[in-house]
Amino acid sequence: MNNRISFSRIRESRLFWVLTAWAVILGFNALFVPGFFRINVQDGHLYGNLIDVLNNGAPLMLVAIGMTLVIATGGIDLSVGAVMAISAAMGAVLINPAPGDKLVSNEILTRNATNTPLAIIVIATLAAGTLCGLWNGLLVSRAKIQPLVATLILMVAGRGIAQLISNGQIITIYYTPYFWFGNGYILGLPVSIYIVAAVAILAWVGVRKTPIGLFIEAVGLNSKATYYSGISAKNIQLLAYTFSGFCSALAGLILSSYVHSADGNNNGLNYELDAILAVVMGGTMLSGGRFSLLASVIGAIVIWTFTLSMYALGVPANALLAGRAVLVLLVILLYSDRRLIKRRGKSNPAAVQPQDEKPGLPHP
Amino acid sequence: MTQRLKLSVLRHGPLLTTITIFLLAYIIGAQLYPAMQRPQAFFNLFINNGFLLILGIGMTFVILTGGIDLSVGGVLALTTAASAALLNLGVSPLVVMPLMLVMGTTIGLGLGCLIHFFKVQPFIVTLMGLFLARGLAYIISLTSVTITDPLYKYLALTPIYLPFFAKAYIYIPTLVGPALLVVAVYLAYFTRFGRIVYAIGNNEQSAALMGFPVGRTKILVYALSGFCSALAGIVFSISLLAGYGQFATGVELDVIAAVVMGGTLLTGGVGNVIGTLFGILIEATIISILQYNGTLSSWWTRICVGVLTLIFIGIQSGFALRKKKS
Repeated sequence: MNNRISFSRIRESRLFWVLTAWAVILGFNALFVPGFFRINVQDGHLYGNLIDVLNNGAPLMLVAIGMTLVIATGGIDLSVGAVMAISAAMGAVLINPAPGDKLVSNEILTRNATNTPLAIIVIATLAAGTLCGLWNGLLVSRAKIQPLVATLILMVAGRGIAQLISNGQIITIYYTPYFWFGNGYILGLPVSIYIVAAVAILAWVGVRKTPIGLFIEAVGLNSKATYYSGISAKNIQLLAYTFSGFCSALAGLILSSYVHSADGNNNGLNYELDAILAVVMGGTMLSGGRFSLLASVIGAIVIWTFTLSMYALGVPANALLAGRAVLVLLVILLYSDRRLIKRRGKSNPAAVQPQDEKPGLPHP
Repeated sequence: MTQRLKLSVLRHGPLLTTITIFLLAYIIGAQLYPAMQRPQAFFNLFINNGFLLILGIGMTFVILTGGIDLSVGGVLALTTAASAALLNLGVSPLVVMPLMLVMGTTIGLGLGCLIHFFKVQPFIVTLMGLFLARGLAYIISLTSVTITDPLYKYLALTPIYLPFFAKAYIYIPTLVGPALLVVAVYLAYFTRFGRIVYAIGNNEQSAALMGFPVGRTKILVYALSGFCSALAGIVFSISLLAGYGQFATGVELDVIAAVVMGGTLLTGGVGNVIGTLFGILIEATIISILQYNGTLSSWWTRICVGVLTLIFIGIQSGFALRKKKS
């Protein structure tokens, strides 16, 4: 009896399904992808597929952290991909060593030099993304626009803005210190992992050691009740969207640094979808409420483990979309299963009712 | 009397605003670029954006029920890729076209069933549909496939000259969108199905309590959207004479923006397909103004669409507030 209870508690845990999914994919790799777990040491750096998962997945993990908080408030942020493109374009334009009024030659453009100090580039990049997040937050919390639509606007217009910043060009970056964020190593591990860890710890301390996390969950579960209990739901929403913008900006910085270029059309393409997938896999309901940052980060890792193991098997990148769709389908079915278990376990059917909420419902 | 007039203006306010903005945009465009004064320029809006209109009609019904369908672009791309591959295998186009429509409807039906029976949010299910359809299109072919079928070529290249305008022409697939629009208006206003769609969008629980077949209608709405996406895919593949998984990326956002501009509320229950037509015409006008200008770059289209969507949402909430007061 006791065993059964503890098993159902494990199954109820947010981490259970996402860890199961990860274990299944890793088990598959152990059998069918030779050398997936091999990690080599070269020049004091660790190399291998598992390290690649962490390094390539870093932008998605960051975006997923921000997205978790937004989804927990009952909203959604579709603009993350566009914000990544905006911040990447911002960084690339500031680095661009060509002075604005002189004839731009290839020799100037490909110089390993910069117009702006690195610190200012980073600050400006992050500020651009945070500003976008703030804009989303203002639209949702102050103008009372449904989150789906409010962020859709920036999703459409944001890629235009990114191209406006970079003047429609794909800017290649030749400034080496900038590459440190995406390609550098500290103590043998990629820098991006440390950045993710720092942001995750910051977010965790913010939401679990202060009341903010409780407020976020309260807003997501019932924003009216939250309002009547004296919590400013508006400011909580504003904070969540701004933080999501900040995370996306950081992700854009790492991504552009990793691929050495800024492309308004393709930087962060489909990231909104992947991030939502990661968050949903991590057990956060799209209708808002309880959330787990760690589970979302693991969700992002699962997505990248899956992606890289498919690459290792020789599946072309584009055809992978269908594979990811199957992944989403599995998650959906697992969840409906979870709901059935819950329903059977509870004698009061009304207890599960509040979850049947429409997406993007405006909060009164 | 004045009270009634006021109410009717308020009810149709968003639609009237949409039409006014379209006319204003077109007149401004025609003043700036005399080439836009030719009737042909107007018909080009339909020729170039016919597929958008078809997608918009399906999307309007889905949004009216309070759902959303993000899979439209994927199903469109899958249709183009699959029909190109089948035609190149030598299958008759008269078989391919119905087959594609059945395929699109089936995908929509499947998504609708997932949404209804598993109670998952439409947003995440149709997102999966988008991934799945695009992925399947890439599995069919990683590169663009040219269509050489004679019937497709005939449909693509035969202009129909219009009776009342000198030298104005359209193509046969251009007629599909407007024809579907007529059917959609009939469906929305004069059938049981259409009225139930509005009832669900206003309040799903009330609709269920009134004994309406809520589940069946919701599934049918997604099937309708799948059908429209496949139809749009056929029109698209005829106009480009090619099939490719990368066609129409991001079109779902254009369609949603057009539906919103047309006065349909994303919470469901309010709006109509006529508005969607004008929403799409506004987008088409902006695109053609930018094309006539030539120096303005394509990314301005996106910024304009975003800003317009924002303005329209503002207008909508303004009208909604007024309506509540009166």
